[in-house]
Amino acid sequence: MSAPSKAEVRGEMAPDVTSFEFTPANLEEARAVLARFPADRRQSAVLPLLHMAQKQHGGWLPRAVLDYLADFLGIPKIRVYEVASFYDMYNTEPVGRVQVRVCTTTPCWLCGSDDVVKAARDVLGCEIGQSTDDGRFFLREFECLGACSNAPVLWVDDDYYEDLDYEKTRTLLEALKRGETPPAGPQSGRKGSMPIGGKTTLLETGE
Amino acid sequence: MPKLTIDGQEVEVPPGSTVLQACEAAGREIPVFCYHPRLDIAGNCRMCLVEMEKSPKPIASCAMPAGDGMVIKTNTPLVHKARKGVLELLLINHPLDCPICDQGGECDLQDLTLFYGPDQSRFEENKRPVADKYLGPLISTHMTRCIHCTRCIRFIDQVAGVEELGAVHRGEHMEITTWIEKALSSELSGNIIDLCPVGALNSKPYEYRARTWELKKTESVDVLDAVGANIRVDSRGSEVMRVLPRLHEDINEEWLADKSRFSYDGLKRRRLDVPMVKSEGRLAPSDWRTAFSTIKERLESVDPKRIGFIVGDLVDAETMVMVRELATAIGTPHVDCRQDGAKLDGKVRAEYLFNTTIAGIEQADAVLLVGTNPRWEAPLINARLRKRQLQGDFRVARIGAPFDLTYPVEDLGAGAQTLQELASGQHSFAEVLKGAKNPMVIVGAGAVARPDGAAILALARELAVACNMVREDWNGFNVLHTAASRVAGLDLGLVPGEGGRDVAGMLEGAAGGMEVLFLIGADEIDTSRLGDTFVVYQGHHGDVGAHAADVILPGAAYTEKNAIYVNTEGRPQRTKLAVFPPGEAKEDWKILRALSEVLGRVVQLNSLPEVRARLAALAPQLRTIDVIEPAAWGEFGRSGELGRAAFTSPVQDFYQTNPISRASAVMAECSELFVRGAAQGATGTHG
Repeated sequence: MSAPSKAEVRGEMAPDVTSFEFTPANLEEARAVLARFPADRRQSAVLPLLHMAQKQHGGWLPRAVLDYLADFLGIPKIRVYEVASFYDMYNTEPVGRVQVRVCTTTPCWLCGSDDVVKAARDVLGCEIGQSTDDGRFFLREFECLGACSNAPVLWVDDDYYEDLDYEKTRTLLEALKRGETPPAGPQSGRKGSMPIGGKTTLLETGE
Repeated sequence: MPKLTIDGQEVEVPPGSTVLQACEAAGREIPVFCYHPRLDIAGNCRMCLVEMEKSPKPIASCAMPAGDGMVIKTNTPLVHKARKGVLELLLINHPLDCPICDQGGECDLQDLTLFYGPDQSRFEENKRPVADKYLGPLISTHMTRCIHCTRCIRFIDQVAGVEELGAVHRGEHMEITTWIEKALSSELSGNIIDLCPVGALNSKPYEYRARTWELKKTESVDVLDAVGANIRVDSRGSEVMRVLPRLHEDINEEWLADKSRFSYDGLKRRRLDVPMVKSEGRLAPSDWRTAFSTIKERLESVDPKRIGFIVGDLVDAETMVMVRELATAIGTPHVDCRQDGAKLDGKVRAEYLFNTTIAGIEQADAVLLVGTNPRWEAPLINARLRKRQLQGDFRVARIGAPFDLTYPVEDLGAGAQTLQELASGQHSFAEVLKGAKNPMVIVGAGAVARPDGAAILALARELAVACNMVREDWNGFNVLHTAASRVAGLDLGLVPGEGGRDVAGMLEGAAGGMEVLFLIGADEIDTSRLGDTFVVYQGHHGDVGAHAADVILPGAAYTEKNAIYVNTEGRPQRTKLAVFPPGEAKEDWKILRALSEVLGRVVQLNSLPEVRARLAALAPQLRTIDVIEPAAWGEFGRSGELGRAAFTSPVQDFYQTNPISRASAVMAECSELFVRGAAQGATGTHG
């Protein structure tokens, strides 16, 4: 028996998508998003709707989705194509469903993002810019994610995982691979971006 | 009014001007790529940098509003250095293929590189390659040459009004594209070729055919619709190589419709270049003498009352003077210039003019379209309507078939009944027209060419009067013609005289009493009813008229003669001879002059000035070129029974409306693609 082709394994990643429609729940949410903008500024809703559609469609946006959104918003199709191709967050080509994005900009790099990249490669078995063979994960490099105080940072779908090193990244990705959802945020035990060795100011309670 | 100091010189500019406009007002030339006075400001090429006092950095003058007291320097070492830097960056990815580039010789980038360009490149990396895009049969692309000025995107969005072009990706990877390999579905798409400051967008039919400096440039006028756009005909030897628009603020601004721009290959195909005479049922090449004598022989025994003249849509005013004189000399009342059967009798000039004028549209604030599709009948007038629409406070309503005019239109109804409701004030839109300061009504050629055309005209007139459209300072009654010859024809009174037959009557042929019919460039008629009428066709293309002919007299096309055409506004303009007529073909008025001699009914007009003097005597309003003589208001139209049929536009295929565009292979391809709607999937693989 021959191994299934990539397209078969990936399911919805098959690039020949011809039609798309919001699920009823998403449609309701999309209408709620639209209601936030004036009637003649429907185009403004394109960013949140692209995110929503990308999530529904397994991590990438085929042309059918973009066309659907253009019709949904009542704006010219090219205006949606422009936006979708401009931002890095939108994938216009088939990629893995779970987006694993490593920040490699200077602060993260100084704090060891190279190790995070290495761990991701080792666990996922694919290079940066590639998807895993089973079509589950898409690994990519990203510019500054704006969480430099908790560098290095990994951005998985909607969650930030912070204060990583090689081992922590490994554990995290393996858990994701098993289908678990590890708690987001700093993996070093600190809360938010509090000082890593405990408080340094406001030590007295003020009683 | 802000007052600025430009290089030590004080200038005052209107509020809302930019620094660049102020510099131009002071006579300084600022180099630009992305800036275009008729498009929105983008400010992305940075070529227009100037120095402003109290600003630490040079400023982009095109995007900086002119402020009172600004001190601007346009010619300092800093400015020069800044522009040099910008140009060096623009040239980083621009290929060095000027020797084979169609834009070479008329390229902004080439010109400015002469002033600001570095003598050598410091860029050692590979240049960025970009795949060429498919934009349809008219525009060829060389996208590596693109410098991302976005003029084409802004034109297609703002002026053409079809949002199909955009910039995808970003930064160095930005590309101008439709994304989905789609032909631009605009009738004005050719203008982005002119707008492109480099050679990224070129004319596909003209590609690699000539260099700009080899071409002879002749300033002329377009006749493929009734707008009368000003054009420049570029020719080499006996061949028209391309047609470009020429600036005329009151007509076409600097745009040109695709049909007018790209039909010129039709001037080389299906031409009548030798007189032909039918013998034994077949047309055979002959010579002028034989052709004339054949006509003379046939006419000898014919009662003048059984001879008719039909004048076509591309005929110039001089020729129509000769037709009129010849018909009078022969003594026939059967003359008609209204091939489509329009019920315009030419008695009151205001009845058949676009009285508001094209530039006047910008003063209007409400317009009613009656049985017209301006997007296809006159794309440049449609562009003017859209321009007015974008300025806001403008309502457009339509009676007739729905069609996307690129701006919002309220559909009121389909036929004459809705017009009647409006005229009698029962319809709610009548209130809008009444409340408007400068209301307009545009009656299409299709609406007056119906059997009830006169009644529709009367209704439109009634509406115009009821809504106060005709005043001392404003005339909002307009007829939009589709034929370049029509206004001159009506001005010259080429309508049936006493007892004369109109086109429909003459087409009955022998059954209708016509024995001999002269078709002067008349091709938009149904020749099947002619029977055994003896038909003389004079014209330049082997189209419908020529097929029905017994004798063919080859004439000259509009690029091959010095002639006067009158546009739908009633504006007389001159075409100029760019190339000579092919083969034996002659200028049309001369053919009729020679024929009158042979027939023994001599028309004593022996030179072009004499013909024009006669023209001025017959129609004094056409005396001054490029001046519209405002038409006096009067009574016209005739109330009568209204038909129930919906209005239809006479232009059902924008790309093929006359013998020239029908002979054009480029127009045929466009028609196939855009009108007959070849399957969408196929569009990407062409070209």
